[in-house]
Amino acid sequence: MSDPLFDNAASEGRPVVAWVLIGLGIATLLFGSYVGLFVAPQEKFMGEVYRILFVHVPTAWNALLALTFAFGCALMFLFRGDWRWDARLEAGIEIGVVLSFLLCCQGAIWAKPTWGVWWDWDPRLTTTAVLLAAFLGILALRRFVDDPVKRATWSSVATVIAYVDVPIVYFSVKWWNSLHQMQSTPNTVSSAFHLPLRVNAIGILLLLIGVITLRTRIAKMRLREELAPPEPAAGSAMEYAPGAGR
Amino acid sequence: MRQLIAALRKEMLLQWRTRAQILAIFVFGATSLLLFSFAVGPNSTALRLHAAGFLWLALLLSSTLALAESFQLETEQKGLEGLLLLPASARAMYYAKAIANAFQLSILGIALVPVMVVLYDVSIENLFGVFGVIVLGAAGLSAPGTIYSAMASQARAKQTLLPLLLFPLVVPVLLASVKATSLLIAGDPMGQLKSWVTLVTSFDLIYWSLCGLVFGRVVED
Amino acid sequence: MRGVSRRYGRRWALIDVSFTVPHGKVVMVAGRNGSGKSTLLRVLSTAIRPDLGTAKIEGFDLKHERDDVRRKVAILGHASYTYDELSAIENLQLMARLVGVDSSREAMLHLLNQVGLAERAEDSINTFSAGMRKRISLARVLLQKATVVMLDEPYGQLDPPGFRFIDGMVRHLRDEGVTLLMATHQLERASALCDLGIVLDRGRLTWEGAAKDLPSEGGLEPAGTPEGGP
Repeated sequence: MSDPLFDNAASEGRPVVAWVLIGLGIATLLFGSYVGLFVAPQEKFMGEVYRILFVHVPTAWNALLALTFAFGCALMFLFRGDWRWDARLEAGIEIGVVLSFLLCCQGAIWAKPTWGVWWDWDPRLTTTAVLLAAFLGILALRRFVDDPVKRATWSSVATVIAYVDVPIVYFSVKWWNSLHQMQSTPNTVSSAFHLPLRVNAIGILLLLIGVITLRTRIAKMRLREELAPPEPAAGSAMEYAPGAGR
Repeated sequence: MRQLIAALRKEMLLQWRTRAQILAIFVFGATSLLLFSFAVGPNSTALRLHAAGFLWLALLLSSTLALAESFQLETEQKGLEGLLLLPASARAMYYAKAIANAFQLSILGIALVPVMVVLYDVSIENLFGVFGVIVLGAAGLSAPGTIYSAMASQARAKQTLLPLLLFPLVVPVLLASVKATSLLIAGDPMGQLKSWVTLVTSFDLIYWSLCGLVFGRVVED
Repeated sequence: MRGVSRRYGRRWALIDVSFTVPHGKVVMVAGRNGSGKSTLLRVLSTAIRPDLGTAKIEGFDLKHERDDVRRKVAILGHASYTYDELSAIENLQLMARLVGVDSSREAMLHLLNQVGLAERAEDSINTFSAGMRKRISLARVLLQKATVVMLDEPYGQLDPPGFRFIDGMVRHLRDEGVTLLMATHQLERASALCDLGIVLDRGRLTWEGAAKDLPSEGGLEPAGTPEGGP
C-alpha cells in the first residue's frame, strides 16, 4: 500500500515557497493599502469611510475563493480518497472561516458610521454570516469526530452540502431584504479606485495561498501520525501461506 | 423500490410505537410558542405580526429533538447497521427515513398551528395553504436533518452538533416558509407567495437529490 | 485474507492478519479479551473496513464488492441488530422484505420456531433477555441463508440449555455446508465442534492449526483488558 500522503513525506523540506508568498502578500497589501488610504481621491457620497472597501471587496473575493477551493477539495476527496485533499480541505475551510469573519467585521465597521447601525441585512453580508456559521459548524464536526476516515468523509459531505447552499441563501436573503429596501454596499466602483482594489486583491490572494499551504502542511503532518501503519512485531513476521485450498 | 417500501413500513411502525415521545416533542414546541410570547410581551399587534416566525422557530427547535430521536432508534441495537449488512441499499434507507421525518415534522407543524392561533390571536385566511407550506418546509428540514442526525448520533457532543450543522443550512427554508406562512395568514396583496413557495420547493428538490446521493458515504464504516 | 489490519483511534486492533479458511469448515478464533477477535469478524462481515490488507470471501473482494460479500455473509454479534420497539416477528418481516424472501407470518413463525422463540413472536424485543436476543439474532442469520457465518462469542451470557442450543445450531449450519468462524472463550466446547483454530494475541495471529491441537493458553487466562473497539 502506498499512499501519496506518506510517499512525499520525506521530500517536504522547509516551506520556503509558502513564506515567500506570505511575505509578498503582506508587501502587496501594504502597498495597496497605502494607495487606498492616502493616494486615492475622496469619494463623492461617502467621504473617507469608503476606503474600507479597499480591503472589504478583496476580502470578499478571497473568502469565496477559499471556500470554493474547500468545495473542490471535498469533491476530490470523495471521489479519489487521497488523504492530501483532506488536509487541503481542512486548511481551506479554516482560512475561509477566518476571511468570512473578517468580512463580517469589515461590514459592521463600514455600516456603523454610514447608516448608524452595526448590521444592515445586506444580502451579501448576511449570506457571509450564514456561511460563517455553516463552516464553523463543519470545523466543530471535525473536532468532535475522532476517527480520521469518518472525519474526512463527513466533513467533505458537509462541505458539499453547505457550499451548494450558498447561492440559495444569497437569493433568499436578497428577496427577503428587497421587501425592506435597505441600502446596501455599492456595486459599481469607478475606475479611479480600481488600482488599490486589484492590488489588495492580489495581496490577499498571495497571503491566502501561502497560509493555506502552511496549514495544509500541518494537517498532513497530523494525518501522517494518525494514519501511521502499525509497527512490525517484536518476534518473527507472522505471514502464513494459504492453507488447504478452497 | 421494494426496499424503500419495506423500510418505510418500519419507520411508520416505529413512529407509531414511539408516539409518546412525539407527543412530548409537541408539548416542547407548544411551550416554546408560549415562551416566545413572553419574550415579546402582551403586545397583541406585534404577536400577530410575527406569529408565523414564532411558529417556524418552534418547529425548527422541535426538529432537533425529533430528528435525534429518530436516529437514536437506529443506533441503540445497531438496527441500521444490521439492515445495511443484509445487504440493504443505503439510499433506500435514507429516503425512507427522510420521508418519515418529513411526515413527523409536518404533523408537528400542523399540530402547532392551533396553538399559534390561540396564543397569538391570529385568524388564518388560507388554512390549507398554511398546511401545504408546513409540509414543504418540513421536507426542507428533513432532508439535510436526516443526514446530519446520522453523523451526530455517532460523534461526540451529539446534542450540539445537529443544530450547529443544520441551522445555518436551512436559513433559506426558514426565510421562505415564514414569509409564505405570513402571506397565507394575512393575505398576499402583491402576489409574492409564488416566489417563496418556489424557493422552498427548489431547496427541497436540490437537497432531496443531493443528500440521497451522499448518505451512503456517511453511514458506511 | 492477507495483511488485514484495522485501527481504532491510535490503537491497532488487528495487525497484519493473514489466513485462509477452507470451504465448509468450522474455525475457532481464540484469544484473550481485547485480542481483536470481534474486530476480525466485523471486518470480514463488512461491518467495518480494514485499514490495510485485502480479503476475499467466496471469491468476492471485501473492499470493492461489499454488497456481494454481504449477500454471502451473516454475523451474530454483540448487538442484536434489532429495533427494540418492534416485535420479534415485525423485525424478521422487515429483514425478509429487504432481502426479498418470503415474509409471510407462517414463514417467520417457522424461523422463530427453529430458534425456540415462537411463543414470543408478538413481544417487543425490549422485553427480551440477552439469551433471547441471541436467538432472534440467529433467526436473522438463518433468514439470510448465508454461506459464511461469523459467530462472535455465541455462548456469551447464556445458560447451559443455551449452550446446548448454540451447539445444535452450529452443527446444523455445519451440516448445511456453511463455513463458520466462531470467536469464543469456550475452548473445550468449541474444539469439539471446530475443525480448525487460530489464536489472536493483541491483534496479531500467533497460532494456526487443527482445533484439537489448540494450545491451552489460547484463551483460558483471566480476562485482562476489556474488549476494545465498538
